[in-house]
Amino acid sequence: MDVERKLAILADAAKYDASCASSGTERRDSSDGKGMGSTAPGMGICHSYAPDGRCISLLKVLLTNACNYDCLYCVNRSSSNVPRARFTSDEVVKLTLDFYRRNYIEGLFLSSGIIRSADYTMEQVVSVARKLREQHHFRGYIHLKTIPEADDALITEAGKYADRLSINIEVPEEDSLARLAPEKNVRAIRRTMGRLRLKLDEAQEDQATATKAKPPRFAPAGQSTQMIIGADAASDKTILDTSANLYGSYKLKRVYYSAFSPIPDSSRALPLSPPPLVREHRLYQADWLMRFYGFDAGEIVDPTRGMLSLEIDPKLAWALRHRDRFPLDIATASREDLLRVPGFGTKAVDRIIATRRVTSIRVADLARLHVPAKKALPFIVLSDFKPSPHQLDDARLAERFKPKAEQLGFGF
Amino acid sequence: MHLITLDSQTDFEGWRTAARSLVLHEVKPTDVTWIVRGDESELFAPAAEALPLETPLGTFQATFNVSAKFVELAQSAILHRDPERFAMLYRLLWRLRGHHHLLEVATDPDVALLTVMAKAVRRDEHKMHAFVRFREVGREQKAHYVAWFEPEHHIVELAAPFFARRFADMPWSILTPDACAHWDGHAVSITPGVGKAEAPTEDRLEETWRRYYASIFNPARLKVKAMQSEMPKKYWRNLPEASLIKPLIAGAERLTGAMIANAATEPHKSQKRPEPSMKHETSGDIATLREEAADCRACPLWKDATQTVFGEGPPHARIMLVGEQPGDKEDLAGKPFVGPAGQMLDRALQEAGIDRTKVYVTNAVKHFKFVPRGKIRLHQKPATPEIKACRQWYERELAAIKPALVVAMGATAAQSVFGKITPINKNRGQLIELEHGIQALVTVHPSYLLRLPDPDARALEYQRFVDDLRIVAAMLKKHAA
Repeated sequence: MDVERKLAILADAAKYDASCASSGTERRDSSDGKGMGSTAPGMGICHSYAPDGRCISLLKVLLTNACNYDCLYCVNRSSSNVPRARFTSDEVVKLTLDFYRRNYIEGLFLSSGIIRSADYTMEQVVSVARKLREQHHFRGYIHLKTIPEADDALITEAGKYADRLSINIEVPEEDSLARLAPEKNVRAIRRTMGRLRLKLDEAQEDQATATKAKPPRFAPAGQSTQMIIGADAASDKTILDTSANLYGSYKLKRVYYSAFSPIPDSSRALPLSPPPLVREHRLYQADWLMRFYGFDAGEIVDPTRGMLSLEIDPKLAWALRHRDRFPLDIATASREDLLRVPGFGTKAVDRIIATRRVTSIRVADLARLHVPAKKALPFIVLSDFKPSPHQLDDARLAERFKPKAEQLGFGF
Repeated sequence: MHLITLDSQTDFEGWRTAARSLVLHEVKPTDVTWIVRGDESELFAPAAEALPLETPLGTFQATFNVSAKFVELAQSAILHRDPERFAMLYRLLWRLRGHHHLLEVATDPDVALLTVMAKAVRRDEHKMHAFVRFREVGREQKAHYVAWFEPEHHIVELAAPFFARRFADMPWSILTPDACAHWDGHAVSITPGVGKAEAPTEDRLEETWRRYYASIFNPARLKVKAMQSEMPKKYWRNLPEASLIKPLIAGAERLTGAMIANAATEPHKSQKRPEPSMKHETSGDIATLREEAADCRACPLWKDATQTVFGEGPPHARIMLVGEQPGDKEDLAGKPFVGPAGQMLDRALQEAGIDRTKVYVTNAVKHFKFVPRGKIRLHQKPATPEIKACRQWYERELAAIKPALVVAMGATAAQSVFGKITPINKNRGQLIELEHGIQALVTVHPSYLLRLPDPDARALEYQRFVDDLRIVAAMLKKHAA
């Protein structure tokens, strides 16, 4: 089989992993004249976008899509009849360097089906990173999938070469994983995440206290995970509680939500329907509320429903459930409260706080603050505006925000 | 009217020198016209008169400062393609002198507009870093990498150093209609713009790259608008993969429909199950207990925790130390007393003359109870039902190890050891008889010492804790004798 055919199979096999981040790592470049590559620590670079709206930042492939496991949601499960292929480590190294040299990618995201054993698989994955870093002095970004229960020495070596490591939690509830992926074990996944966090903490601590000796490098861009949405019956509340637990326990940089998507040769035990993309989008918004807006997992989802609204965003939904806390006077409200106003992003809040020290804010200013007036106005008081006192009590307020029915299409 | 001629579209220093002089001469923004050399013909000069630029700038300089923020804004905005940008920046500079906080006012029309322009320039730079596609000219050692790009703003010089740092080991050129950047392995050079015909039209890797692009695309989640907002059509003509966009969209619905409609094929071979791993024959009771406890579901705490943290130490230790529950670090490592309280315990044990490797260390509750708060986990005291549910493990550990002395550290441990709520202060420091000839000692939990805010109280309480441990040490010695 030629390399292009392998690439087609092994990229196809890798595309259900949503992560594409290439940011948040250490600063590196090749200006010492040795090797090639650099990182973009502040803001990752997306070199292309596919018509699925996802960015293409890394060469995202599996080393092999042969797998011992039979996870029902997975295109590579052992009982599927998809064509199988396996790269040699040199083939992946060459593809990475060739693509990188033409500025197609930021680096490599390498994963693999489980073959033989966890240690064997992990060693194969690590060997690609080792060659890139040690033989070719590749300075670009590397994301490696960590195989749960792999030997500690292999994980340490993976962290030495990789910018990011990840292990997928797969589904939000332990019971459904047992049903959908009988060979996988949430406890093993969590234990490995715990090991990664201890190593991440250790590398950070050493960095802070190191006097002369260089601290052992360990995945400077941290660890992340992914949850599949819609393959089981878990509610949005369960999903967000699981995320909060994972963020707190393992200091994950990101939890990715991946709407369960029909796959070729799909298992009969799973929903055969288009992926719940709007739900996925709402979960990302809720995730942002937890990480950047001071919301607790428990208050984002309406406790009486357990699910996020598909029609309106979770912050607006929260504000409509807590109308007694509004309207908020922009001139005096605290940063924490401003972050809870529908339509206010973190940057808009920064701009409001800087501006109000100097001058008052009027309705006409909202556009220059990049705030959608229609969404925010019912909830705020400005120097020349006060929402009508009845508006917040109006049972129809929520209706105003629901999207009007429109013809479905691809807008192309 | 003053006419200022700048050397080039990106002549920030020229603009800065002229603007400084104009402000010091109190020339109003409405009285200045800005042009770039080479563009003069577009104006009906020579109606304007040149400003005498030999003004003694040095003497004025000290009285005229602008914030670093303005300089940063101006350096970006001046690269915008809008010909009005020089005048707009001068107007803002003029207004800044009387209004020092003007840049903080995001709602000011001048500030808002120039901020948007600076942002557009930075975005364009970012997109250039992303969408430049090098094509190989010549092979192997003699290869030169050449790209054609059409930036929206005057960003070639701004964006070039990024490529020099990234592709230091290869000679490259980025050709654009405005200016071209070249790297020879040592330095970046800038030459005038050229036409697209100068650039190579293909590369041997592009077919492979397109193959990848088509394979990584998921036809079941078509989101064309999301793609276009990040990769607008204006860039498509120079992206080798963009020729696939239309056919991929056209085929997506059909492919997805087929995936949904076609039921799975029968697995072509019998499902191969991995053989169950050979479990080590357990060498003693404690090892068996530990394995059993790993799957404990006797209370709900297992669910949020990482793992069961079982006791650790010699299987027939004379001393058994019992704490409350594992903390954050213990939960991650799967070992008892390895976090801050563990370090405190180690120190005290050493001071009392006890070798930790000779004692069995465990907890009354074997899963970490916490609530997540952002990036940390807040420790929660275990409740009585959890202590009761977990007590079976303590009892079985006790039966397996048969120590001479059990040390209960803290209220939770005391509750587990005595089977009822047992106040610490009333009972501490004295040996209490348990069943089967086992004795018990009650003391505080080491984390209690960590929480005391007053350093004097902490030193005093630490000493009392060590004193309690000395009773343990004395007993150990007696047994050894």
